Amino acid sequence: MKELMLGNKAVARGLYEAGVCFISSYPGTPSTEITEEAAKYPESEIYCEWAPNEKVAMEAAFGASLAGRRAFCAQKHVGLNVAADPLYTMSYTGVNAGLVIGVADDAGMHSSQNEQDSRHHAIAAKVPMLEPADSAEALDYAKRAYEISEEYDTPVLLKMCTRVAHSQSIVETGERTVPEKTYTKDIAKYVMMPGNAKKRHPFVEERTKKLIAYAETSGINRIEQGDGSTGLGIITASTSYQYVKEIFGDRVAILKLGMTNPLPVQMIRDFAAGVKRLIVVEELDPIIENHVRSLGLKVEGKELFPICDEFSQNLIAEALGEPVPAGKTLDVQIPGRPPVMCAGCPHRGLFYTLKKLDCTVLGDIGCYTLGAVAPLSSIEMTLCMGASIGAAHGFNKVLGEKAAHRTVAVLGDSTFMHSGMTGLANVAYNQSNATVIILDNSITGMTGHQQNPTTGFNLRGDPAGRIDLEALCRAMGFERVRVIDPYDLADCERVIREELDEDAPSVIISRRPCALLKHVKHKPPLTVSNDKCVGCKSCMKIGCPAISLKPSDKTKTGVLSCIDQTLCVGCGVCTQLCPVDAIHGKE
Amino acid sequence: MSNRRETKNIMIVGVGGQGSLLASKLLGYLLLHEGYDVKVSEVHGMSQRGGSVVTYVRYGDRVYSPVIDRGEADYIVSFELLEAARWLPYLREGGRIVTNTQQIDPMPVITGAAQYPADLVARMQAAGAQVDAIDCLALAEQAGSAKAVNVVLLGRLSHYFDIPDKAWQEALAALVPQKFLELNQKAFTLGKEA
Repeated sequence: MKELMLGNKAVARGLYEAGVCFISSYPGTPSTEITEEAAKYPESEIYCEWAPNEKVAMEAAFGASLAGRRAFCAQKHVGLNVAADPLYTMSYTGVNAGLVIGVADDAGMHSSQNEQDSRHHAIAAKVPMLEPADSAEALDYAKRAYEISEEYDTPVLLKMCTRVAHSQSIVETGERTVPEKTYTKDIAKYVMMPGNAKKRHPFVEERTKKLIAYAETSGINRIEQGDGSTGLGIITASTSYQYVKEIFGDRVAILKLGMTNPLPVQMIRDFAAGVKRLIVVEELDPIIENHVRSLGLKVEGKELFPICDEFSQNLIAEALGEPVPAGKTLDVQIPGRPPVMCAGCPHRGLFYTLKKLDCTVLGDIGCYTLGAVAPLSSIEMTLCMGASIGAAHGFNKVLGEKAAHRTVAVLGDSTFMHSGMTGLANVAYNQSNATVIILDNSITGMTGHQQNPTTGFNLRGDPAGRIDLEALCRAMGFERVRVIDPYDLADCERVIREELDEDAPSVIISRRPCALLKHVKHKPPLTVSNDKCVGCKSCMKIGCPAISLKPSDKTKTGVLSCIDQTLCVGCGVCTQLCPVDAIHGKE
Repeated sequence: MSNRRETKNIMIVGVGGQGSLLASKLLGYLLLHEGYDVKVSEVHGMSQRGGSVVTYVRYGDRVYSPVIDRGEADYIVSFELLEAARWLPYLREGGRIVTNTQQIDPMPVITGAAQYPADLVARMQAAGAQVDAIDCLALAEQAGSAKAVNVVLLGRLSHYFDIPDKAWQEALAALVPQKFLELNQKAFTLGKEA
């Protein structure tokens, strides 16, 4: 059946058809929907779960492969850094049943903290990597990856990027078949201590040679000869292939790579011999280009195309001297529309308080990173998952007590379970006076509401084990564990002050569910009394998208506050800021 | 020959949370059933939090790129006036903007750091765009729900397409829950006849 399918959903379909029985992932844009879509198949066919982090997810998938069932895990590019440790040694052990690892890059950083190129991991770990260019290939390559995994005894990386993951194109679906293997004890293969690993490393090197032969002849990399009218020969992969085809159609010869590690050698030499000008078009780092150059071939690449940001058809056209349509321009500046914390977001009251107390706020990865944006402008550092606690420890150790009395680490419940716990262990063990604030909104918010070990529900929304944050922190040695409601500004301020002043490490749990969760009941929207409002703009300090100013000749400042009745969820944080009691709920 | 002249491009733009998902789903369904190759592309994640969002719908005999670039859009369908103006550079020569006249202040305007520009429809027309600006929110409310702005916009867009009304109605019936179908049919017609 033909249907229009999201790239990530097509991967999930491919996993289903390939007979995958086990998926463990940690959510991360743009990879999240692979696991969510796979979870829509019956649990009796594919078991799907959210793991606390990518390393645990990959190890779980490895265990399932070892047991003889085809397994999968997905993550975003930076998640693969977390899981790099098992990956690099799984390359040595190989697999039992097929094991495929989905990784989604985010060129253009639509929702990421860096723009790293995951192909480096494939090269360094010495595992094959497939890169689909649309949904049909996503489905096909997902299935193909399992054949490669089992035939060559290797985990296989399936690399998506934002534009393939989040684009819908037409696919044809097939049937599911489930190949199973039995587990047999094999210490020499699966116990990677030096004596055994020494024997497996040559296996890995031999495997790469065999995979290069596969790259040359299997058809996963293909040549489109074109009509020869331009003399150009372009080597490309993934979404870059689509941009090249968009501009040139059949006017160029193309070597379209479906497998970007290991790369073919003879195929590239033959392709280069048949063209007048050889060009590599690839987003991010010059990996294919460097390989082609290492073969002694004359090639152009990054002197024409940028390393930074994602490509588009116009970018390719401009770099290669093709016409580019002129866009229309307006004679007026269009103000930006950056993302903002939602109306009623529980993080808002907390960041307002931290700013008021002039705290040094070391932040983390999640919606709450928006606490760095005006007017809250509170967060001063964001690095990677869990780094807030690790960094707060080091910050306070070198700057001493004075800094410790005003420095806080801030991270979400899911981020805390992902890799904040180990940072907290360091604070407990090496005794720094850190104040850690866990923003417990009872969900993984940024990636679109995934459950985590603190919520009490699993991926399918069924009841599951629940980790008690307070009990966990106490068990780790924190005597001071406080819980606050971020909608109550006075209480927030009092508790944070107390814990900053104390000469002991503490954990403050700022607890209030995400305002977008369906089960959260909101109060009616608030209104501003025009008779009372003096236009002092106090309510504007929290950056709520529901509050704006309208011109008025009644006030000294010439404005009155006004609350959008479709956006306001009645959280009441603004009412606590109003000095003249002008904001009220409906009578 | 370049492929780009054969492919038609529709951009759906708005503010995160305004409901552009149904609009792109419906167009994708419709065009697929009309026998076209189709690609629909959107971005998830951080930008959805009240930020500027864009969805690309492309169709033709063979569609390659999943995105629409500057100067390529045949239609820009906009849920909000400022967003129509923001994406104007993406409109091709002779292209048309179909926009809701609703205005939603972005944070820089809310905080007073910037101003919401006046006379945007006239300015876009002066820049050479054909602009079809209608109060979709009022029409949606007339149909029975403010949430039907997306379907009002699609009704208006359908006005410019050679696709029979029957096919649009079938797509609507396939994608809208039964209990809201009548409301959405009304919203579609109000948009089409606006």
